[in-house]
Amino acid sequence: MEIKVVKDILGANDQIARKNRQLFDRHKVFVVNVMASPGAGKTSVIMETIKRLKGKTRVGVVEGDISSSLDAEAISKEDVPVVQINTGGECHLDASMTATALGDLPLNDIDLLLIENVGNLVCPAEFSLGEDLRILIASTPEGDDKPFKYPLMFHEADVVLINKIDLLPYLKFDVDAFSKTIRGINRKVKIFPVSCTTGEGIGEWVSWLLGRMGGG
Amino acid sequence: MHELAITQSMLDLVLKQAEEAKAGKVGKINLVLGEMTGVVGRCVQFYFDFLSKGTPAEGAELNFTEIPTTARCQSCGKEFELGEFDWTCPHCQSNNIEITGGKELFVESIEVD
Repeated sequence: MEIKVVKDILGANDQIARKNRQLFDRHKVFVVNVMASPGAGKTSVIMETIKRLKGKTRVGVVEGDISSSLDAEAISKEDVPVVQINTGGECHLDASMTATALGDLPLNDIDLLLIENVGNLVCPAEFSLGEDLRILIASTPEGDDKPFKYPLMFHEADVVLINKIDLLPYLKFDVDAFSKTIRGINRKVKIFPVSCTTGEGIGEWVSWLLGRMGGG
Repeated sequence: MHELAITQSMLDLVLKQAEEAKAGKVGKINLVLGEMTGVVGRCVQFYFDFLSKGTPAEGAELNFTEIPTTARCQSCGKEFELGEFDWTCPHCQSNNIEITGGKELFVESIEVD
């Protein structure tokens, strides 16, 4: 006997993500899922974002890594609440891992929650966490052909930060061609060229983020 | 690597459907995989053989329908398959396109006894 199913395989994850979203909404927390390859600068972008937001909004961080708590330790120096999730081998965060971490965060004292996903350009795109915004950090040394190799990630991102633009003089990375490629499949995407080393572009990104949190 | 989590979710979904139908055994699972998801059928099969042991789905045949990444040109309206390193419309060379296929990841049907 054949049974028609036609159900999304990740429907169970999406259901938990919706519950996370309800919890975030109840506590008025704006949630950003930060995705990128290993080494693209996720932790650096988070640190720079926190520094610029001091006194403007209350930030919390969830750090997702396969193992270690190095990133969480670095971020805790910024004096913000941070929870580490070690996925123990899984290459991405999912909604249920996120839900577990939320119990350890003072959600009433947080306006903006930055969730650093596991460094990977494939799997995190599939798993919703209940976030408001998906940002993808693409760094210039990775090359400007990455959208072609990881189309889903670039298609799903609300924001792309092109990081390490201070290295552009030494690399064959065409920012205009790269931006045009992404906009071709993702017309709504916002693109910010930034450098965490020189601080260039970070102000624009943070101002835009604050505007978006305010409902802009 | 995400195939482990995806296969577990797929198996949970299949077992629930089989239980609701009061089926004793799952013989075949028809899956639809979009190219953009990067889900590799061979890996799903590998994890499935391991995860399904001792369940009513053990030994079930997995049948994969793979969907290529397709787009519709917003300028001329034609549909086409996305090239590997070329995301412009092959008919009018516009780069204003909308993805129409390739994100699928679902269980189409199951065959049970």
